[in-house]
Amino acid sequence: MTAVQHRTGEGLPAGWEMVVGLEVHAELLTATKMFSAAPNVFGAEPNTNIDPTTLGLPGSLPVLNRKAVELAIRLGLALHCDVRPSVFARKNYFYPDMPKDYQISQYDQPINVDGWLELPDGTRIGVERAHLEEDTGKSTHVGASGRLHGADYSLVDYNRAGVPLLEIVSRPDIRDPDQARAYVAELRAILVATGVSDGKMEEGSMRVDANVSVHEIGTPFGTRCEIKNLNSLRSLGRALAYEARRQYEAIAAGETIRQETRHWDDTAGRTTTMRVKEEAEDYRYFPEPDLVPLEPDPAWVEAIRAALPPLPADRRARLAEASGADRASGPVAVVERGLDELVIAAVAAGADPSRALVHAEQNLASEAAAALDPVLFARLVTMETSGELTATQAKTVLAEMVETGGDPVAIATAKGFEALGSDVLEQAVDDAIAANPEAWAKYCAALAGGDDKAARKVSGVFVGAVMKATKGNANGAAVTVLLARKARKAGKAGTASPASGL
Amino acid sequence: MSERITREEVAHVAKLARLELSESELEVFTSQLAKVLDHAADVEALDVGDVPPTAHPYPLRNVFRDDVVGPTLDRDEVLAEAPAADTGMFSVPRILGEEP
Amino acid sequence: MTAPPGPALTIAAAVRAGERTAREVVEEHLAEIEAREATIHAFNLVLADEARAAADAVDAKVAAGIDPGPLAGVPVALKDNLCTRGIPTTCSSRILDGWRPPYDATVVDRLRETGAIVIGKANLDEFAMGSSTENSAFGPTRNPADPTRVPGGSSGGSAAAVAAGFAPLALGSDTGGSIRQPAALCGVVGLKPTYGTVSRYGLVAFASSLDQIGPFARSVADAAALFEVIAGHDPLDSTSIPEAIPPVSETLDRGVDGLRVGVIAELLELGIAPDVASRTRHAAEALARAGAKVDEVSVPAAVYGLSAYYLIAPAEASSNLARFDGMRYGLRVERPTAEETMVATRTAGFGAEVKRRIMLGTYALSAGYYDAYYGKAQRVRTLIVRDFARAYEQFDVLLSPTSPTTAFEIGAKTSDPLTMYLNDVCTIPSNLAGDPAISVPFGVGDDGLPVGVQLLAPALGEPTLFRAAAALEALAPTTEGAEQ
Repeated sequence: MTAVQHRTGEGLPAGWEMVVGLEVHAELLTATKMFSAAPNVFGAEPNTNIDPTTLGLPGSLPVLNRKAVELAIRLGLALHCDVRPSVFARKNYFYPDMPKDYQISQYDQPINVDGWLELPDGTRIGVERAHLEEDTGKSTHVGASGRLHGADYSLVDYNRAGVPLLEIVSRPDIRDPDQARAYVAELRAILVATGVSDGKMEEGSMRVDANVSVHEIGTPFGTRCEIKNLNSLRSLGRALAYEARRQYEAIAAGETIRQETRHWDDTAGRTTTMRVKEEAEDYRYFPEPDLVPLEPDPAWVEAIRAALPPLPADRRARLAEASGADRASGPVAVVERGLDELVIAAVAAGADPSRALVHAEQNLASEAAAALDPVLFARLVTMETSGELTATQAKTVLAEMVETGGDPVAIATAKGFEALGSDVLEQAVDDAIAANPEAWAKYCAALAGGDDKAARKVSGVFVGAVMKATKGNANGAAVTVLLARKARKAGKAGTASPASGL
Repeated sequence: MSERITREEVAHVAKLARLELSESELEVFTSQLAKVLDHAADVEALDVGDVPPTAHPYPLRNVFRDDVVGPTLDRDEVLAEAPAADTGMFSVPRILGEEP
Repeated sequence: MTAPPGPALTIAAAVRAGERTAREVVEEHLAEIEAREATIHAFNLVLADEARAAADAVDAKVAAGIDPGPLAGVPVALKDNLCTRGIPTTCSSRILDGWRPPYDATVVDRLRETGAIVIGKANLDEFAMGSSTENSAFGPTRNPADPTRVPGGSSGGSAAAVAAGFAPLALGSDTGGSIRQPAALCGVVGLKPTYGTVSRYGLVAFASSLDQIGPFARSVADAAALFEVIAGHDPLDSTSIPEAIPPVSETLDRGVDGLRVGVIAELLELGIAPDVASRTRHAAEALARAGAKVDEVSVPAAVYGLSAYYLIAPAEASSNLARFDGMRYGLRVERPTAEETMVATRTAGFGAEVKRRIMLGTYALSAGYYDAYYGKAQRVRTLIVRDFARAYEQFDVLLSPTSPTTAFEIGAKTSDPLTMYLNDVCTIPSNLAGDPAISVPFGVGDDGLPVGVQLLAPALGEPTLFRAAAALEALAPTTEGAEQ
């Protein structure tokens, strides 16, 4: 991949590229914590989801949550990893948010290694490992400025401490901010699809750190910096663009990049030094003696594999096939919202594939997956494609269907869209023909003589009349189709009278 | 014996362990730790390259807990034991650094 | 040969039968404490009111015809590193001074279910680090046999409480000999069970892969009864053995006829005082006369035990004791920032020996030294496991001294940590191997102070171990100095 130009216009010059690896932390959707039976729920009153183990009280011990392991394996398999025997280790560092002043994590023997993730455009990003660990508590800094350094004191809530996490570490295969965002979006889609995590970045249940370096293509990778505090896809993209440019400019100015941890300031739109490598903690990893090795039974792993739901990439492919669309376009959003099964079922029930896809992509939110009956959805699409409903009306009816679960025909009738019912439309057309016999004769003659232009001109009389009669609810194209059909029938019957043709 | 561990190493270790040592403590600890490490030299001399490590004396595997919510602690009881508490939280002096 | 029931079982039988009230038993023991505790200092805290209330509850059950449990009315001293809900648990450290845990250790729950009465929290070396109980922040415990001498450690308070008659039973914890060595020095029985038989939940950790809770008693039978109460699977401890723990009481009167006993050759040489070595040989001879097949056995790796231990235990301790940082409980020495507060709290809150071991352990785990120290020690640990396994191909139990010497003078070994560490040379190998070992009093040394002999067995070999221990107890010469 060649140089990346950013929207800000501050990209790297030709011949240079950024090299990015991402570390994503995802909180697991378990009922309890990683190592104790305290509840794992977001948004509870401070320090209510605590037990001795959560608080790391003297004498407390960890016991591994089977569900957390199952979810880890599930994600590992979804990312095509090797699921391996693993051990937990203690990562020792002092911080008030960390109740034991060590974190139970996995170090040299993680549960999942060597996988990959495929982006919608087909690019594969390597996954080095996806290991289990526990989350920390959360401190709030209280003080005049409300900012970290001006704070008088800090308040700590340990509700989040011990929440199970997966840390998913990509290989440095990412080359630009869009790709980084696509990776995170795809990973989130996989986490959600597999039920491993809710993937909510705004609630912190999915957090991203980035390792960034720049280099001139064809030369070895540069020294990398780790960027923290990337709380949204937007922050991620901006931070990478900023950091790559910063590094490039430093190098261009003859400076050397220091290996360091940097903090992304979203308001200021820049990264600042948090810690240089020399200040880095010596984590003194060693095997956690309070836990025993984890060696998942192969039969268990296979059972988890067998129960794996269809993954976003597979679903996109299937939807693309069913709808005839390109898998990197409409299907991406539709699968993300979980509407692919709805569309596929509607198509199976007779709906026009591209119309069904467009509705799912543009007019439906993820709730529709549960709220909408595919057969009724298909009926709605057919009402539209057959001309009974205009596009605008179809959208209105669809919205009500999601809300009430009602039948589109009933909703259309209730809305006064019944003029579009085929009987009513046909009656209106017949009335228009009966009211304009000369025009009808002219129309039939023009059509029979192959003079489409003349026919179209004359048809305006009927369309106008039908529109007037249906208060504008008729579909012009449908009226034209009906007129032509009737003209052909009249020609075959040898009469210009419409009534006998019915 | 003194080359076993230097004063500087002891000072570094104290920093890692979040302990402050006076000059005289540093002196005493350096010589005492050197003595213990010297005694440990008989371990160093052993060739155990092909011997696997024993982390657990009793070889258990795959010990799990079901994902079922259990009892939680009473917050007031816990915070009553805290050096300082405020609005349901542990109150601590201002945290300077950021989490590694 | 029948094992005498001992004071604990005698009390329980009388209370259960309604012949004595638990309240009377408690009052008697409180009176003993009243008389001698000022001298001995076995306890950090005597729970007189709580004990009386618990005794009354037992008596009420007896009166109502409800089974009060197998240890009904028996006072038990708890080492003060076992968590007791709402009752201070200090680990004899300033850093935890006054801390009241919001939960009970599993062993405490189990004890209460059996009708036993918790009578006090016993003194220890700070965080169980020591062999003399002199490292307590609240002052040393003295040996009831001679108050100028140490009771051993780290469970010196528990051992002294049982030896002084403050309680017929006590619980201690043993990481490198902390039950067996003080049992030997105080002239009582002390068992370090197989790693994983007794739940560690609620035991404030010293070295997680070595720590094990065990009983002190004045007879083998009493120790067996307490072991049976506390042993068993606990889902709150991942290292707890899931299989049923074999009962031991029924093996006590089986004798040693045909039992293969190996005397560990290396542990009769390594700086063992001549009188202690000689008592150990007498014990072996006595077992042989009673029908055991006794022979010497070499366990070469036992020699390396001490070095491996003094790398592994401090390494785990350095991590286990990180949590004492002044943020959530216990002592806080307030400074302007959290970071400075942690340092100030730990510096003020920990005693010298604890700091020394935290430093040693931090060093052994630090970048660049892990492989040379911690990593290597874990491999040496494998050698020890293998050497013992080989010995148990030929022998049912092994025998050695418990402690290289009898009780030493208070202050005699405090200046040189390494000399103090050498006290653990005989006991450490069992912790590294995870095997059970028991110290049984066997006469006195040249100074008239108690000598303990250690019996060792393979993992889950407690039935055989108790069988041999009961025999040894019956064969022991009557001692004058060991009992008050």
